[in-house]
Amino acid sequence: MSILVYTETDNGKFKKNAFEVASYAKNIADQMGESVTALAINAENADELGTYGVSKVLGISNDSLKGFNAKAYASAIAQAAEMEGSKVIIVSSSADSKYLSGILAARLNAGYVPNVVAAPEGISPFMVKRTAFSNKGFAHTEISSEVKIIGVSNNAFGLVENTTDAVVEPFDPSINDNDFGVKSVEVDKVVGKATIADADIVVSAGRGLKGPENWGMIEELADILGAATACSKPVSDLGWRPHGEHVGQTGKPVASNLYIAIGISGAIQHLAGVSASKTKVVINNDPEAPFFKAADYGIVGDAFEVVPELIEKLKEFKAQNA
Amino acid sequence: MKILVCISNVPDTTSKINFTDDDTKFDTNGVQFVINPNDEFGLTRAMWFKEKQGATVHVATVGDASVEPTIRKALAIGADEGIRINAAPKDGFFVARQLAEIVKNGGYDLIIAGRESIDYNGGMVPGIMASLLDMNFVNTCIDLEVDGTEATAQREIDGGKEKISTSLPLIIGGQKGLVEESDLRIPNMRGIMMARKKALNIVDPIDAPSPTNDKKFERPAAKGPVKLVDAGNVGELVNLLHNEAKAL
Repeated sequence: MSILVYTETDNGKFKKNAFEVASYAKNIADQMGESVTALAINAENADELGTYGVSKVLGISNDSLKGFNAKAYASAIAQAAEMEGSKVIIVSSSADSKYLSGILAARLNAGYVPNVVAAPEGISPFMVKRTAFSNKGFAHTEISSEVKIIGVSNNAFGLVENTTDAVVEPFDPSINDNDFGVKSVEVDKVVGKATIADADIVVSAGRGLKGPENWGMIEELADILGAATACSKPVSDLGWRPHGEHVGQTGKPVASNLYIAIGISGAIQHLAGVSASKTKVVINNDPEAPFFKAADYGIVGDAFEVVPELIEKLKEFKAQNA
Repeated sequence: MKILVCISNVPDTTSKINFTDDDTKFDTNGVQFVINPNDEFGLTRAMWFKEKQGATVHVATVGDASVEPTIRKALAIGADEGIRINAAPKDGFFVARQLAEIVKNGGYDLIIAGRESIDYNGGMVPGIMASLLDMNFVNTCIDLEVDGTEATAQREIDGGKEKISTSLPLIIGGQKGLVEESDLRIPNMRGIMMARKKALNIVDPIDAPSPTNDKKFERPAAKGPVKLVDAGNVGELVNLLHNEAKAL
């Protein structure tokens, strides 16, 4: 038996969350006296997973699985779990993994807990800590089913090196036409830029920016930091920025290492969406903005003066630390 | 087209979250319950199908009698019939099994659920239903068109969006974007009066497992005060982020 981990890739390269879920799986495997088997779909360098404690990689090489397809991917994971006799399956809490995990849970009759933020508190009974109420609380959840699926939140557990010689074995699951009732026609994706889900740093701005024409300095700041850009709900409602950048309770959750909020007052719904971020910085000209109570660092000042200055200082910092 | 909108009864987004009974239960005291926002976008899209394409719209939820005002609100917005599965919603697996049973017996072409509820954020209900019923499923759906039995959808992906082609019967996990925020409807007096006459069917639950159980809750630890940096000394912020927070 082994702990099975589903490792996400993007254009053949492992996402950071693949290494994080592998690290998490190794932690559980050590507690249970088992090993870690990873499932990697069309990955270029499957043996990279050995760095994070994976001892066996089931490598799928299949053109029909080149693009993400929730049902087909869930079917492949289920078949791998059945073959390996895996009773614990670890996935990320990314949008794609959440998409496939409900399907997988039903297929394996498994209890599924997403948004998990720490290693299991116990193995028998199996207990995990997860966020609830859109990050306004935590739940300690027991999973009582024989097969268990855990969705690990991004940046919650971190990367833990545990070098093992990973054996890569080809795996050819049975995928049939019925798995492709949903077909991808076109993908419209920004290439080469960090996304909110994966980024270590997120630079977010709100109505304090006064208009979409002023986002140039936000993008410049994000570029320097290698960060993703995001926005508050009113900004996406006004159409200044796309819905996909809306961060908050009804938008995207952010669990970055650094979240910089510029001209965002900090409505309770926005704070719920970003509270999982480790360090929060607020720049706002209103000293009474509620966000200052939730922030680690703050500057009370005009964004149009502070942000250009911050860009200059970061350029100097980068030059000194290059 | 017969549409089922699955709605969840959740605390208003502005609610402060507290727990009772030695932190084992959510404290509902003073909390206003509403239709889950992701479900409300779906309900509004269902109204669009009703008005433009002549669909029939039912709403269903799992809960005791306390969720009926939420179902009545959906009926006042324009849904034709309500279904309440008379059980405490134990976990996502249990809820999905109950709703799947309604779908199986109701002959629905399109099932709209929210991407996730804003209370327990499980996000698993539509996917489990799709798997149990072997139906096509599009999650994080931000646009949906139906032409006969063919459907075209868009879903939000990390860093962009994806156009999808599929067919009915179909389950979607909807969210903001499915309709604009400005299209959301507030029930008017006529709708509220009409909702009183619409059927609200109470259905017994089926036996279903609940493989997960929230044993205890906690609130995030209180945060220390913000460290303010003078607007004239922005370099100090870079210094603190590098040396103190280790975030750069």
